[in-house]
Amino acid sequence: MREETLIPKVGVVTDIRQDTPDVKTFRVVGLDGKKVFEHIPGQCAMLSVPGVGEGMFSITSSPTNTEFMEFSIKKCGCLTSWLHMMEVGQQITIRGPYGNGFPVESALKGKDLLFIAGGIGLAPLRSVINYVRDKKENYGSVHIIYGSRSADDLVDYKEIIDEWCTDAGVKVDLTIDRPQEGWDGHVGFIPSFVEELKPDLSRTVLICGPPIMIKFTLDGLKKLGFQESQVYTTMELRMKCAIGKCGRCNIGNKYVCKDGPVFRFDQLAELPDEY
Amino acid sequence: MQEVMVKRASELLADGTVVRVLGWKNGEFAYDPTPAVFDSADALSAFVYNDFCASNLSKYLIDLCKKDGKTLVFLKPCDSYSFNQLLTEHRVDREKVYIIGLACDGKVDEAKLREAGCEGILGITTDGDTVKVDTLYGEVSVAKADVLGERCVTCKSRQVVVYDELIGENGEVNADCGRFDQVAALEAMTPDERYEFWRGELSRCIRCNACRNICPACSCVNCVFDNPKSGISQKAAADTFEENMFHIIRAFHVAGRCTDCGECSRVCPQHIPLHLLNRKFIKDMNECYGEYQAGAEAGSRAPLVNYTLDDCEPSVVYEREAGK
Amino acid sequence: MKKISLNKLDEFFAAIAASQTLYLPVEDGRKGAKFDAWKEGAVYSTAANTSRSAKDFFFPQVEDMASFKVDGKEIEVYDTRKESEDFVVFGVRACDAKSFDILDSVYLADPVDSYYETRRQHGLIMTMACNKPTETCFCSAFGIDAANPAGDISCWMTDSELLLEANTEKGEALLNALSMLEDADASAADDTKAAIQSILDKLPLKGLSTESFGGDKLMELFHSDKWNALSESCLGCGTCTFVCPTCQCYDIRDYDTGHGVMRYRCWDSCMYSDFTLCAHGNTRTTQMQRFRQRFMHKLVYYPGNNNGVFGCVGCGRCMRSCPISMNIVKVMKTLEG
Repeated sequence: MREETLIPKVGVVTDIRQDTPDVKTFRVVGLDGKKVFEHIPGQCAMLSVPGVGEGMFSITSSPTNTEFMEFSIKKCGCLTSWLHMMEVGQQITIRGPYGNGFPVESALKGKDLLFIAGGIGLAPLRSVINYVRDKKENYGSVHIIYGSRSADDLVDYKEIIDEWCTDAGVKVDLTIDRPQEGWDGHVGFIPSFVEELKPDLSRTVLICGPPIMIKFTLDGLKKLGFQESQVYTTMELRMKCAIGKCGRCNIGNKYVCKDGPVFRFDQLAELPDEY
Repeated sequence: MQEVMVKRASELLADGTVVRVLGWKNGEFAYDPTPAVFDSADALSAFVYNDFCASNLSKYLIDLCKKDGKTLVFLKPCDSYSFNQLLTEHRVDREKVYIIGLACDGKVDEAKLREAGCEGILGITTDGDTVKVDTLYGEVSVAKADVLGERCVTCKSRQVVVYDELIGENGEVNADCGRFDQVAALEAMTPDERYEFWRGELSRCIRCNACRNICPACSCVNCVFDNPKSGISQKAAADTFEENMFHIIRAFHVAGRCTDCGECSRVCPQHIPLHLLNRKFIKDMNECYGEYQAGAEAGSRAPLVNYTLDDCEPSVVYEREAGK
Repeated sequence: MKKISLNKLDEFFAAIAASQTLYLPVEDGRKGAKFDAWKEGAVYSTAANTSRSAKDFFFPQVEDMASFKVDGKEIEVYDTRKESEDFVVFGVRACDAKSFDILDSVYLADPVDSYYETRRQHGLIMTMACNKPTETCFCSAFGIDAANPAGDISCWMTDSELLLEANTEKGEALLNALSMLEDADASAADDTKAAIQSILDKLPLKGLSTESFGGDKLMELFHSDKWNALSESCLGCGTCTFVCPTCQCYDIRDYDTGHGVMRYRCWDSCMYSDFTLCAHGNTRTTQMQRFRQRFMHKLVYYPGNNNGVFGCVGCGRCMRSCPISMNIVKVMKTLEG
């Protein structure tokens, strides 16, 4: 019988990192100790705990990582709460990769890039950022604007400081929503921070975060002179099958799981506002 | 009757008594009116009232009472019991509803018309006790009594129990309606026969939730079967046990509150006689605690939420079953 | 074309059922018809259509997908798929036959749904022309010809005979294997077809137009101000979706069997409030939005993705079973008007 994508494989959690009070990053490999599958930055996988449920998660590690995959997961529902209770060595099920991913080998190639992320929205972009950093010769300069509720809620803070900030071709600007003791960086919401920073209009923008942050940031970018066609985002909706059949993530004539989750804003403008 | 209703609705809209009218809108065919809200005299041109306006409008008032202004609603006798029950449960606001009670002599069941050989229905006219159906395959005449909905055949009451005004003459409670005859027949079966009967019926269930969503007694904001955190939320019966239990749990949940309006059975696309489950509860309560009709009186205490010294003891179960 | 006398219908059914399961419409004793496995004494129902659609044969309401054994930190995954056995469905109407094409373009698109595919491969469809179409029929609006139904084998019933014509190799093979069939003139069904056509021409919904719909009308229809009134009395039950032959959405759930976890899928409905419920909120919070999704999917989104083919076959089941008598015809006429 034909192989069935809906039947998952078993994965093992080999490392768990507490990133923020409600975000953990899980390292996953197959039973053979190798990566379960290859992916494009921005693609997702369906992770499940049998008996609890299955959910779509962005693969946060870069495809250039040949050893394992990582998932940064915020605790916010039933399945994610269970995942947060896991210990190293726990097996889960995994299937994928799903979705289109970011066009790293086409539209983004050779471009100067601007990444704007809010909170856990960094998770899908981290895959692209590290991919681009590993293949520097193919891309222009990288500007990252990242913000969170507080300094404690900045995901991957250690990697940002130790690796991204020290990378020559990478400029990093961080912000938090409210002043906090021990934080001498920028304070303020991302949309206004972006407007203050006035990023270079020639950059291609990749944005991910809470819907309200995306909405206001996009408005700000347009005010600065950016075109919708140079801004990409990645979406998250309830999904079950992840292969464009079960109907759950259907918006207009698109299925977010299959035709997305990465969309350009001029593409989104042609879809009903149901995300 | 339709003309009188539209006239009164227009007047009440015009003099500001109500800001909207809840009634029925004409459909594609003679038999498929849809419940609808009309907010102007102009809109009332699509208003319809005929032998097929069977739906119970009371449940819509839960939402409409949350809107500004008063709603005019047309209630048939059975619908008025549901309204009273919703009043008792504080789900509707009497002050925000203007009720015109409608005398009712029963509604026609489309499925029974089809059973009587009417396919390709092009038009339906009622002439006294006769329903004349014009079809693609010729004209069919049937006695209205033969095509009345099942609940109308055993109509418990033609009395509108709550209203501001009436159209037509108010009817009487019909104590001898025989609505428990089928329940008694089921009780007379052996447990195995009864189980087989219900398996046959419930196994056809497609879990579409029509019975639950139409039921005026099912007024929970979020049903336990829809709540993913309940652990029993489900869209399909995983096994025969669940197939049985969905309906039985629902019957338990509405016990004492079900007015026997019969909407559950009317809307079931699989024609499962769900009302028999509810009637079994009503019959048992009547026998154990004395006659009680939910919705007959707003504010009444149902036997299951009331305590009196002469309530039967749980051992009644053994006594009742002793003969078997 | 082949033929057999209606007197020999039982013999004919028995011959098919000898080698595989044969399903056919029978009276359900409840004012309707249903597909049931043929057994001695079963009487073929000539009802206009079955209460439930024929999609159950390929996309059943509940279906196991995989099972898991969880032991401490370890998980074992079991493939619960079974190799299907061949079966024949007799008496499928033209509308339902067309619904399989609509499901195919979703479930057989890459990546193929192997559960569905296996059933499709093992099922043989014998359609039956509609001698007595009814007022709720509007298949012609979607280019379906009730006088010439598709399927592996098309059948016509005259007063005395059953006429059969194979459309596929699979159908041809079955007809050749049935020795009691006699050859018939290619024109044997012509009178029946003409009689059906004359009724189709008189159907009240014959003139239903699809012109205002299709993939290019997306934003215009989505933002129509008519959705509010149309959906106002919608109960949010899933009756229309569950009786619909083309509704294809499903949910995947886990069930603790007591000795493991069974992952199964079951029909779901975009009419339900939890259909799009996420941990972070809901993208369709009102019944209007959910109602709109169902009709937009059939009339705009699906045709937009499938060369203009609509996601409705005009079987009329939703017209008969909606508790409040709202249906796609009323929606189409209102949006158009």
